[in-house]
Amino acid sequence: MTKPNNAFVIQREDLHILFDVLIERGYTPVGPTVREAVIVYDELSGLEDLPEGWAEEQDAGTYSLKRRGDNALFGFNNGPHSWKNYLFPSRVKLWEGDKTEDGGFTVKSAVDTQKKFAFIGVRACDLHAIQVQDKVFLDGEYRDPIYSKRREEALVIAVNCGQAAKTCFCTSMNTGPRVSDGYDLALTEILDNDQHYFLAEPGSTSGFSLLAEIPHSEASQEAIAAARGCTKQAQEQMGRKIDISDVKEMLYRNYDNDRWDELEKRCLSCGNCTMACPTCFCSKVEDVTDLTGNHAERWREWESCFTMDFSYIHGGSVRPTTRSRYRQWLVHKLAAWLDQFGTSGCVGCGRCITWCPVGIDLTEEVRLLRNSEN
Amino acid sequence: MTEKPKLAVWKFASCDGCQLSLLDCEDELLAVADRITIANFMEASSNVIDGPYDLSLVEGSITTPHDRERIRDVRRQSKFLITIGACATAGGIQALRNFTDTRELLSVVYASPEYISTLNTSTPISEHVKIDFELRGCPINKTQLLEVINAFLNKRKPNVSPHSVCIECKKRGTACIMVAHGTACMGPVTQAGCGAICPSYNRGCYGCYGPMEAPNTSSLVKWMRNLGVPEDELLRMFKTYNVGAESFRCAVERVEGEDK
Repeated sequence: MTKPNNAFVIQREDLHILFDVLIERGYTPVGPTVREAVIVYDELSGLEDLPEGWAEEQDAGTYSLKRRGDNALFGFNNGPHSWKNYLFPSRVKLWEGDKTEDGGFTVKSAVDTQKKFAFIGVRACDLHAIQVQDKVFLDGEYRDPIYSKRREEALVIAVNCGQAAKTCFCTSMNTGPRVSDGYDLALTEILDNDQHYFLAEPGSTSGFSLLAEIPHSEASQEAIAAARGCTKQAQEQMGRKIDISDVKEMLYRNYDNDRWDELEKRCLSCGNCTMACPTCFCSKVEDVTDLTGNHAERWREWESCFTMDFSYIHGGSVRPTTRSRYRQWLVHKLAAWLDQFGTSGCVGCGRCITWCPVGIDLTEEVRLLRNSEN
Repeated sequence: MTEKPKLAVWKFASCDGCQLSLLDCEDELLAVADRITIANFMEASSNVIDGPYDLSLVEGSITTPHDRERIRDVRRQSKFLITIGACATAGGIQALRNFTDTRELLSVVYASPEYISTLNTSTPISEHVKIDFELRGCPINKTQLLEVINAFLNKRKPNVSPHSVCIECKKRGTACIMVAHGTACMGPVTQAGCGAICPSYNRGCYGCYGPMEAPNTSSLVKWMRNLGVPEDELLRMFKTYNVGAESFRCAVERVEGEDK
C-alpha cells in the first residue's frame, strides 16, 4: 500500500512539463497516439500527441475508435503495439563481416544507436509483460545485449487503468489493473466534474527526481481514494476471465483433446497472435551477403511458432499441422512457461483475442477444454 | 579467375513485368553484371550468347503447345532453373481460362480463331519441368530477386519466407486493417515477400504472392462473409494472379459451390 506521503497530485495543465523534462534529459518519449484510427505506440513530440478524448471498442477480431465525451488523455486500453516493439525490435543487425585481402575476414558487432526511451502510459499488464521478457532476455548466463541496453536505459511512466476492454482479463492473471512495481512513476488519471488531475506515485529515484521538476502537491486522502476508485472501476469492467487454477495440469492432460481439431478449422496460422503478444520472444537469425560475396551481415527478426520454418529440422517441420502449432502456442503460453520461467507467459492484455483476424479467443478455448473434461 | 556464370532470362505467357524487375535493379545491375554474364536477356539486349546456361530465370506460364515444348528445351540448357512471378509459379491471371471453355473465348476474341494454336489451360512451369526454386509475386520485387541471385552466386539458400503477409505487417508496425477497419484482406492466406505494402496504405492485400505455406481459406472466407463482404467480391479476391494455385482455386470452387 502506498503511503500517503508517496502520492502526489499533478494538475492536467502541468503534465506537459513531464515531456519537456524527459526530452531535456535525453529521452525519446514513446507512447500512445492515434494513427489510421488506431491507438498505436510511436515517438511523441509532446502531450498534444496523446489520444485525448479517445477510447476504443474491442472484442474478438474487432477494434474501433470512439469518442469518450471527455478530455481524458489515457481513457483507452491497449492497442496492437506493445513495448516489445521497442525493447525487442522486430528486425535488428547483429554483426557484419568483410573479407580481407589476405584471404581472411573481419567481424564487427553492430552498435545499437537507439536513444534511450521513456515509455509513457505503460499499463499494469504490460509492466508484467516487460518483467516476463526480462526473465527471458536478462536472466541466466546469456544476456541479450540489445534488450539489456534498451531496458536498462528506459524510463517507465506507468498509467493505472481507469477502464477495461471487453478483451481484458488482467484480474484473472493477477497482473492488474493497478501497477504494483517496476515503474519509475505511476499516474492515475482522475476526471471529476471540472477537476482533471493525476495522482502521481514515484517508484524509483528517477521517478522522484522527475516529479521534482513538475509542479505538484501532496495528495489528499480524497485524491488517493478517487484514484483507487478508478482502478476499481477497471476491475469491475473486466471483459473476460480465465480460470488458471491447475491450468498447467489441465492443458498437459488434454494433449489429444478433439478441441484442437476444431481450432485447426478456424486458426489461420498467420502468426498475428504471437506478434501482438507482449511476451512472445521468438526470433530467427538470417545471414545475408552482398553481390560481391565480400560482405556479409547477420540479422535477427521476430519469428513465430505458427510458421513451418520455426520447427523445421532436417526432413521437415516438427509441427506440420495448424492443430499442433496452435496447441504449442497455447500450452507454452499458459503452462510450459511456468516450468520454463516460473511465471505464466500470459498477462491478460487480450491483444491475441482482438488482433486475431478470425477472433479466436484463448479464454474461450481454455474454458471449452476444461468443460470437455466434465 | 574462374569464368563468370551465365544467366539467361526467358519469357513465356506473361506481361514482362517480372523481367523488368531485373532491369529495375538499376544501381545493383552493374554489380550483377560484374559477377554474372548476362548471356540471354532479350528485353535488355539482342546480343545472345548460346547456352548452356548456369542460371535461367523463367517468366510466364505455359499456354500453347509450342511453349510446352520450348520449356523442355530451356530446362535442358539450364543447370539451375528459377521461375519468377505469379505466371510462372501459378499460371498467372490467364489461368482464369482454366475455369472456362477456351474455344468459346477464342471465337469471341479473334476474328479468325483457326489461326490460334492454344492450350485449354494456363499452367505453372513446375507442371512441365523440374524447377529449382520458385520466386513469387505479381510482379516479383527486386529485393527478393537480388536475394535469390545473390544466394545462387554465394551458394546459399535464399532468405525467402513462406509465411503469411500478416507477419510482415506486424514487423513494420501496421495495425491490422481487417480488425481495425473491417477491410477484407488476403494477407492471412498470402505468402509474404512484398513487405506488406497494401495494408500500410489501408488497402486489403490482393494476394499477389499467392498462397502462404498453410493457407486456411475456408476460415478466412467465413470471417469475411461475417464482415459483410459480398460473394462476388469474395470470388474476385481469389480469382486474380494466383487463381491457378491449388488452394486459391479450391477456395473459388468452394465459394462458387456454396453460392449455388
